[in-house]
Amino acid sequence: MKKFLFSILFLLFSVNAKAVVTIDITRGNLEPLPTAIADFYIENPEKFSTNINKLNLQENLPSVIKNNLSRSGLFYVIDKKAYIQDPKLSHLKPRFEDWRLIKAQIMVSGKLKIDDKGRLRVEFRLWDTVSAKEIESLALFATPTSWRRIAHIISDKIYQRLTGEEGYFDTRIIYVAESGPKTQRVKKLAIMDQDGASNKYLTLGNELVLTPRFSPDGRMVTYMSYFKNLPRVYLLNIETGIQEVVGDFPGMTFAPRFSPDGRKVIMSFARDGNSDIYTMDIESRRVEQITSHPAIDTSPSFSPDGNYITFNSDRSGIQQIYTMRADGRSVKRISRGSGLYGTPVWSPRGDLIAFTKIHKGKFYIGVMRTDGTGERLLTENFYQEAPSWSPNGRVLIFYRETAGGRDGKGAGANLWSIDITGYNEIKIKTETDASDPSWSGLLSK
Amino acid sequence: MHKSLSLSIIFHLLIIGFTILTLPFAMKQPIDVPPMISIDLIQISEKTALPFAPKAKEIIEKIKEEKERVVKKQAPPKKQIKKQKQDAVPMPDQIKKKEPEKTKKQNPEEVKEDIRQASEFEKKEIFDPTKVAALIDKAKEDYAEVEKKQKQSMTQSTDPTVSLDKGLTLSQEDAIKAQIVKCWNIPLGLPFDENLTVRIRLQLNKDGSILSSEILDHARMNRPGQGFYKVLAESALRAVRLCNPLKMPTTGHEKWKDLQLNFDAKEMLRG
Repeated sequence: MKKFLFSILFLLFSVNAKAVVTIDITRGNLEPLPTAIADFYIENPEKFSTNINKLNLQENLPSVIKNNLSRSGLFYVIDKKAYIQDPKLSHLKPRFEDWRLIKAQIMVSGKLKIDDKGRLRVEFRLWDTVSAKEIESLALFATPTSWRRIAHIISDKIYQRLTGEEGYFDTRIIYVAESGPKTQRVKKLAIMDQDGASNKYLTLGNELVLTPRFSPDGRMVTYMSYFKNLPRVYLLNIETGIQEVVGDFPGMTFAPRFSPDGRKVIMSFARDGNSDIYTMDIESRRVEQITSHPAIDTSPSFSPDGNYITFNSDRSGIQQIYTMRADGRSVKRISRGSGLYGTPVWSPRGDLIAFTKIHKGKFYIGVMRTDGTGERLLTENFYQEAPSWSPNGRVLIFYRETAGGRDGKGAGANLWSIDITGYNEIKIKTETDASDPSWSGLLSK
Repeated sequence: MHKSLSLSIIFHLLIIGFTILTLPFAMKQPIDVPPMISIDLIQISEKTALPFAPKAKEIIEKIKEEKERVVKKQAPPKKQIKKQKQDAVPMPDQIKKKEPEKTKKQNPEEVKEDIRQASEFEKKEIFDPTKVAALIDKAKEDYAEVEKKQKQSMTQSTDPTVSLDKGLTLSQEDAIKAQIVKCWNIPLGLPFDENLTVRIRLQLNKDGSILSSEILDHARMNRPGQGFYKVLAESALRAVRLCNPLKMPTTGHEKWKDLQLNFDAKEMLRG
């Protein structure tokens, strides 16, 4: 009886719907969203000291936002020379027709103020010029010298409001800064904002450093360096500068990475030509062996829920990607294509695993689902590896080496990022050659 | 003796001085620790999103006074636009009277509610099995009305699924589609594997201008975890408004005055 009633209802609703002409729109412009970012308006210029004026915040702060949004590939920021309305007025109430005239669908305005405590107050407003309404606004307080972080946080808010997913601009990247000739390469640990600004070196370059990885809260870094001529995994607290060797292993340890809760470090430990995967609890220093196989197991990476681990192993005779439970059970090979697969990294969203693939002498960065299906190769080059995820799982950063001439001149290593769609491949500017990047989580979280 | 003593003192002073100068460097941490920055965030949308901000109005007027000349130059086009609008509409009085009459005849409020309930997302929540009988009675009346209308409107074709019976030919539909496609900037960050379809109901004037636009699953926009849907819905609304007025057929307003656009970006995002 119920089924009968439902079918009558369904029939009646469908009959009713036919009174309206329905058109399916399944195509549209795949162009970045045209956006305008006006210069910010200074409310109390008399309180801006000479030093603060030197920062030229009214132009530089929106300029950082512009660079962030443009580099994401999802926004096209219109040149400010085309803007008609004065920023003084646009912040209070944009004349929407002026902004629509220059094809801006979204407009960002802002106001700067130094408060009584000497703090910088930045107020930003996001406008939908087509619907003629404000869609987001926020006020931020910080010391004037922290203006770059404010710009990154504003960029994240805009990105989130207009894309529906978290931003990744208020983040840092740790990497290995390389300098000097190939035979005497100096490798320092360096840290910078995701846009390449505020670069700082964390080590002097006396020892070789490799594979730095951020802890989930961004306060610690684990990396590989040399201790008594043996490669060992280190921990570095970037707030205090204190560094220490992880565990007392009688052989070499390498390829470290934090667990998602930040309590453990997972790494490879090699002895007598065999390497297995181990974890060490940072607080209790308890060591646990996860894999036990005569093959080489390395490059472990936890799933974001901490229940699974992906790693690469040559147990099938050729280097492939595997997954297993966090306790080492249920080992499953997931990569099936031809070629070698390595450096698997689980996405922060949990849906994909990024990897490096070597096939017919070429290096690829790709992604696949966690069961190995849906493999997509995003970029191909002479030599590239070590993908690392942005905190929203949307972008990958990796490094690429360029082949030099016969004399070795022209060779170099640089950081690149690419969207998981395979579009928007961009080079990240660094002071020196750079390799082994690792993306932090959102600092403001 | 005196010489050697003074030389010894100078030499020792040099050593002490060198030690003082170099020791801090030697002791200094090799790490250039990035400073910790604290930033406070305050939501101001309650204040800034007011439709009429009296303070802002005052400030705008002040600034306008400062720049009288510039404003005067910018002001005339506004008047011109108003004039143009009045000129462009041939018989404003008639249209103003006609439109409310039509909407009253169609009883749009009730229709809209029905449509909202019919949405796949809200049906499950709204459906009350105890009221099925009442719904059937209402539905029977609606069905009878629709049947009558259909019988009246059907002339050549008897198949109700053919596009022609709905009021527009396929080429007319394609022409509308082409206009919207040009205006729609698909949000590139959306996931391609999620079921996101935004349905917008439009009521159109005779000249193709939009009388009203409504997202049928509006409630979904504000549900937690529906950020992507909200983004898609807003982009679809922008597209509709950018395309306003639509170029519609010169005849048969009755057939196309109610229009539903289903926006689905899945195919495009999948690539």
